[in-house]
Amino acid sequence: MPVVVPTSLADAVAAAGAAPDALLLAGGTDLMVEINERHRDLPWNDAAVISLNRVPELCSWTFDPDDRRLRLGAGVRWAEIERDPLRAMVPALAEAARTVGSPQIRNAGTVGGNLATCSPAGDGLPVLAALGAEVHLVSVDGRRSMPIGDFMVGVKRTALQPGELIESVTVPVLDGWQGYSKVGVRNAMVIATASACVVTDPPNRSVRIALGSVGPTILRCPEAEAHVTAAADWDSAAIDDATVTEAGRLAAATSRPIDDHRSSADYRRHAIGVMVQRLIRRAFPGGAS
Amino acid sequence: MSEIYTLHVNGRDHEVRDAWLGENLLYVLRERLGLMAAKGACEQGECGSCSVEVAGELVCACLVMAAAAIDEPIRTVEGLGDVPTDVQQAFVDTGAVQCGFCTPGLIVATHHLLDREPEPTELQIREELSGNVCRCTGYGRIIEAVQQVAVARRAATR
Repeated sequence: MPVVVPTSLADAVAAAGAAPDALLLAGGTDLMVEINERHRDLPWNDAAVISLNRVPELCSWTFDPDDRRLRLGAGVRWAEIERDPLRAMVPALAEAARTVGSPQIRNAGTVGGNLATCSPAGDGLPVLAALGAEVHLVSVDGRRSMPIGDFMVGVKRTALQPGELIESVTVPVLDGWQGYSKVGVRNAMVIATASACVVTDPPNRSVRIALGSVGPTILRCPEAEAHVTAAADWDSAAIDDATVTEAGRLAAATSRPIDDHRSSADYRRHAIGVMVQRLIRRAFPGGAS
Repeated sequence: MSEIYTLHVNGRDHEVRDAWLGENLLYVLRERLGLMAAKGACEQGECGSCSVEVAGELVCACLVMAAAAIDEPIRTVEGLGDVPTDVQQAFVDTGAVQCGFCTPGLIVATHHLLDREPEPTELQIREELSGNVCRCTGYGRIIEAVQQVAVARRAATR
């Protein structure tokens, strides 16, 4: 049968090892569009497609209370991430999940598919980048892990090798504020024109800012992060207007947007500045310090 | 391709023969199994007119690889039976059907919504049906139809 539907991780890994060139099908929300529009050829050999959405190990998540890390299997769907209990653990990822396509898309699309497609507009990716996610890969040769920044190589290009599967992604469960913001032409069913995520980690005095749709992959903003971290009043969660403005300016300067059919580079850069300012204000609601 | 696979649609097994591997579930339902309720418009998951349930989840049939949907229960509007359901009747009564192209997808989506959330708020209805595009009604009468069913079902259980 040219479509292999493994029902265990061991079978999925073996299938990928036996057919390293097979197409990996998760939720289908990206791959099937390419196939429907004939942008993607399907080989006719055995095991041309490996369907991953019935592998229990991939479709489940676990929380380790000792190191407070959440492991999301690659096959966990946006519809699950958008709701409790995951929403309470990774609120910004839940906010991003709620903006992915429509309910139909969120019932099918997976976090691993978002990573594997690696679109600059992938809604989950700025949040995973801001959280400092670790991506875990598996193949017949064993396992390897890398920071998400190393996994995302370019526009729709990743470090995934032939025969390799994304097994999971791990993120810390933090006590601070986190949020996701996205601009598009309408509220539902829209691909991001620009997006941003801010995550704070008060015990570690750390702010992370990541931008989507304004570069070949997700961009972190080290200058803006350092500026906010240094200028914020962490004890009262307060921040002054000048710091907020400067954070927006630094983030916009970090962005590397292009003109395309969805928007102009100028608008995208402007939108990043506005969104980062808003997110920073929400992250530090304590008023002027 | 000489492969044969079986799909479980509306409680019945259907054999699919000599299909191209890349065929989506919408194409197989309509062109191979003769089940014409689910409609094809965008074929990229944007319009929702092909909405069906696969393994209990509301999905766009155009984004499901049919050959990968073996062993999963699939439900389309045809599976609701020959007598109109309360949802179908409410769509008729409120004028939520105009050209009718989006209606089968909306009927499946509405049943799915009310099965999980018997008393949805208007915001919940709008959000849960946001993947089903209607170009005729402006959605007002569709929302009215959903609310009407919710009220009638609540009254019936008292």
